[in-house]
Amino acid sequence: MLGPDIAWYLGVSATMFAIGALGVLLRRSPLIVLLSLEIMLNAGNLSLIAFARHRADGAGQIFAITVMAVAASEVVVGLGLIVAMSRRRLPLDVDRLQTLRG
Amino acid sequence: MILASASNVVVWIVWFVAASACIASAIGVVSLRNPFFSALALIGNLGSLAVLYLLLSAEFVAAAQVLVYAGAVMVMFLFVIAYLGGQADAPFAGRRGWQTTGAIVATTAILVEIIVAIGTTTGGSLSHEASITSAFGSPAEIGRLFLTDHLLAFEVTSIVLLAAAVGGVILGHHSRSISGIDDDARA
Repeated sequence: MLGPDIAWYLGVSATMFAIGALGVLLRRSPLIVLLSLEIMLNAGNLSLIAFARHRADGAGQIFAITVMAVAASEVVVGLGLIVAMSRRRLPLDVDRLQTLRG
Repeated sequence: MILASASNVVVWIVWFVAASACIASAIGVVSLRNPFFSALALIGNLGSLAVLYLLLSAEFVAAAQVLVYAGAVMVMFLFVIAYLGGQADAPFAGRRGWQTTGAIVATTAILVEIIVAIGTTTGGSLSHEASITSAFGSPAEIGRLFLTDHLLAFEVTSIVLLAAAVGGVILGHHSRSISGIDDDARA
């Protein structure tokens, strides 16, 4: 295969996953948390496609497309929640939504 | 031979540019103050990921990535950010010190763990890719796999999308507010 080994793609994927996890843990705006989640899902997708190429097995690409559909569903529900929050004049801050805290 | 090594260098350069764009825009998404710019950085991230998918000969997934993700999903994101006004917030303010430290330690730990796991296997099985035909990753091949080996995943995906659509409609429906919960959260 031309270009770098699969290991390099996996390194990029791991770095993206760590950056996304940092965003989910550190940011307070639910919008940015959703965007960081997208980065984490895409890092997983990159690994799936790299391994699909490594094994010459199309199942990894099928998985990646399924993950894409799940990510789109997650965005629909997440953005619906955020719009519902702002419509009720709730603060857009994940730290202040603690009604469900035990 | 010379031709092969020349195209190898070109692929390396394309890979390097796409991978650095990927990581730089991911850092941008996490650290920019304005959610609008974060969303634009995510579009850049998804675009450069599509280039990496092309290098891995996943043509159909790259096309779907650009059309579905960078197109449809991100437009929805930008609409919601515009609807909410896109207030800028201080990116990393308001966290307690131990929370920030814990988050950084946890993410660094998982990154080091994955890199070490890749590094220990990289000399062996990870450096020999199986050879592929030109049909690998083409729409015809993806469609054949979806309708034969992975038919269940295909059907379950449609149910997931239906459930998400119903959930979006219900969440967007203008319902009466439950005053107790709202007062609690606002306090």
